[in-house]
Amino acid sequence: MKTELMSANYAAARAVMSARVEVVAAYPITPATTVPEQVAYLNEKGLWNGQFIRVESEHSAMFACIGASSTGARAFTATSSNGLLLMHEALHWATAARLPVVLANINRSVSPSWNIHVTHDDSMSQRDTGWIQFYVASVDEFYHTIIQAFKLAEDERILLPVMVNADGFVLSHTVQPYDYLEPEEVDKFLPPYNPPHWTMDPENPVSHGNIVFPEFYQEFRNQMHEAGKNALMVYEEIEQEYKKLFGKYFGGPIDCYRCDDAEVIFTSQGSMGAEAKDAVDELRQEGYKVGNARIRMFRPFPVDKIRELGSKVKGIAAFDRGVSYGFGGHVASEIRSVMYNTDHRPMIKSYIGGLGGRDMTVKDIKEVILDMVKAVESGETGAEETWHALKE
Amino acid sequence: MVATKDMPLKEYVLKGNAACAGCQDMVALRHAHKALEGDVIQVVPACCTSVVQSLWPKSGLGIPVLNTAFMAAAATASGVRAALKAKGRDHTTVMVWAGDGGTFDIGLQALSGAFERRTDFLYVCYNNQVYSNTGTQRSGATPLHAATTTTWFGKTEPEKMLDLIVAAHEPAYQATANTSYPRDLYDKVKRAKEIEGPKFLHIFLPCPQAWNYPVEKGVEIGKLAVETGYWIQWERIGDEFKLGRESKRFQDPEKRKPIEEFLKLQGRFSHLFKPTKDEKKIQELQDYVQHRWDVIMRTFT
Ligand SMILES: Cc1ncc(C[n+]2csc(CCOP(=O)(O)OP(=O)(O)O)c2C)c(N)n1
Ligand code: SF4
Ligand SMILES: [Mg+2]
Repeated sequence: MKTELMSANYAAARAVMSARVEVVAAYPITPATTVPEQVAYLNEKGLWNGQFIRVESEHSAMFACIGASSTGARAFTATSSNGLLLMHEALHWATAARLPVVLANINRSVSPSWNIHVTHDDSMSQRDTGWIQFYVASVDEFYHTIIQAFKLAEDERILLPVMVNADGFVLSHTVQPYDYLEPEEVDKFLPPYNPPHWTMDPENPVSHGNIVFPEFYQEFRNQMHEAGKNALMVYEEIEQEYKKLFGKYFGGPIDCYRCDDAEVIFTSQGSMGAEAKDAVDELRQEGYKVGNARIRMFRPFPVDKIRELGSKVKGIAAFDRGVSYGFGGHVASEIRSVMYNTDHRPMIKSYIGGLGGRDMTVKDIKEVILDMVKAVESGETGAEETWHALKE
Repeated sequence: MVATKDMPLKEYVLKGNAACAGCQDMVALRHAHKALEGDVIQVVPACCTSVVQSLWPKSGLGIPVLNTAFMAAAATASGVRAALKAKGRDHTTVMVWAGDGGTFDIGLQALSGAFERRTDFLYVCYNNQVYSNTGTQRSGATPLHAATTTTWFGKTEPEKMLDLIVAAHEPAYQATANTSYPRDLYDKVKRAKEIEGPKFLHIFLPCPQAWNYPVEKGVEIGKLAVETGYWIQWERIGDEFKLGRESKRFQDPEKRKPIEEFLKLQGRFSHLFKPTKDEKKIQELQDYVQHRWDVIMRTFT
């Protein structure tokens, strides 16, 4: 392990080396572009000797990964925003085919209008594709979560693709230190991918993706659903092993900070969760019992963890950097629905903001948390949904 | 050919847009719009043009512009044309203005569909041979050996001969142009405007940012592309093929300047000259020049 200084995208390309990825197929799109650029560079320099396919669209990128993974190769791609949206059909395909492809998504707003900065709508709108989804808060976490993602995806109890999300520019283009692992070190953790059930192989011919009649379609879908839910438990195992081997632990599905005795917790996804630690520290100093729960895993949704947290607090300020238009914040809605069938239901308020890359500073986060504190103190929930700093 | 003084004085490409200094795309757009004189709806997929036409709420173009998704320009234009038909507004030109990435690569399927349906529109591909918007990645139009940020040590495949694919759709009008010859470009757009059916204009344009040359050299490099025979100016009305007068002379290989003259001005080819001259790769590009002439003449004449 050696400490390097790089942006999240450069580090993601190094994760391709570390994890001995065999096939990368990718297409440029800001702010993910430097991932395929770096993969190309490492490839041409002979530092990473896999196959790099310079495809003509993101739809082709994901289908090339599907072809590669179906033929037994470890496959990876990176994209963002409209690129991810164009992959939508392929995303569904990869899950239902149970292929352990890993995708680094750099969260960016979707068009129109053109905006290259962070909003989580791109990945959140892939919620129902069955992909396992992580959101990270640092370059180091991005790099290591990509490596872990292969282990999780390839686990026989899972066999599903994994998307690791990082905020556009905030992480993708921001240089931070991270701990690089040589492929030889990662070998201890991540054995070569060996498809347990089927692969394209003339020695053992199978045909995959054939017609399934109504009598069985539902059963396939149920298996996929259950496998997805297994990921919560399997990921905990993986994080423990990773911690033992490399001394890295990122908090499991939810990274909790000062939550133990908190009366109000702030939840968010992505880089804001790092900022929120500072907000919580400052508020603690000012005498408020508040905590920060950074939601790392969005799919499968950490139901039990949320319930455990929710059972101990009076209020949850659930922040979304995206919107399910016509309903509300993606994660806030999930948290509400998870808490419904419990005995203790804390006050839950949904906050939406930071769209299109608008900065969410410590000060902004403190405002949100204090609004929640006020609601708890007064006993009045008030607005169920608040758009932070919305211009008139 | 139109005399410069006879072109309309009105400007549709407005001052203060966000294009790089020396951007040849602006030269192309400027002359195309002078030829169309404002009766046009322009459809633009993701590309440099979608950026340089300026930030909301301003616009750098004095015509209606419909931005669309990267792969969808020709499909979007089909819808615009259908709506105009539904409303009985047949005189308005529907024009796609797309980069090479949006045409050769991700937008090819939509282009093919619209041409096969014989959509009445003008599809302009401005070809700077690279994805400039996203910072110089290779496209299907990037020439052999050009360095990009996804082909750091030079592309290993030659460019796609898109004109042949388009020709297979038997368009009503098809032409190539080059921003170093803006009057010719103007004439071609004007001609296209008068013809009904699917029309394709393929404009070669140097990009100082991606090709890495001093901004004032754009016209010189564009001319060298023709004088070395690398870029061929031609026009095809129905299946009547006409070699452009700028290119006629260079049909004879003896009259062509060596490809080196075109290459050596551009940073993207500098590895062919430094630290040592790579004669073999330069020769491969030289051979490609004749290859394109052979294919074009064999196909169209
Ligand atoms: C589906 C999708 N994928 C990728 C992008 C990112 N993107 C925007 S413009 C562009 C390159 C455009 O290249 P080209 O068409 O040659 O136009 P140029 O930028 O050179 O003018 C790319 C890759 C996007 N906007 N949408
Ligand atoms: S990158 Fe090239 S094509 Fe794009 S605006 Fe600049 S000069 Fe024009
Ligand atoms: Mg281009």
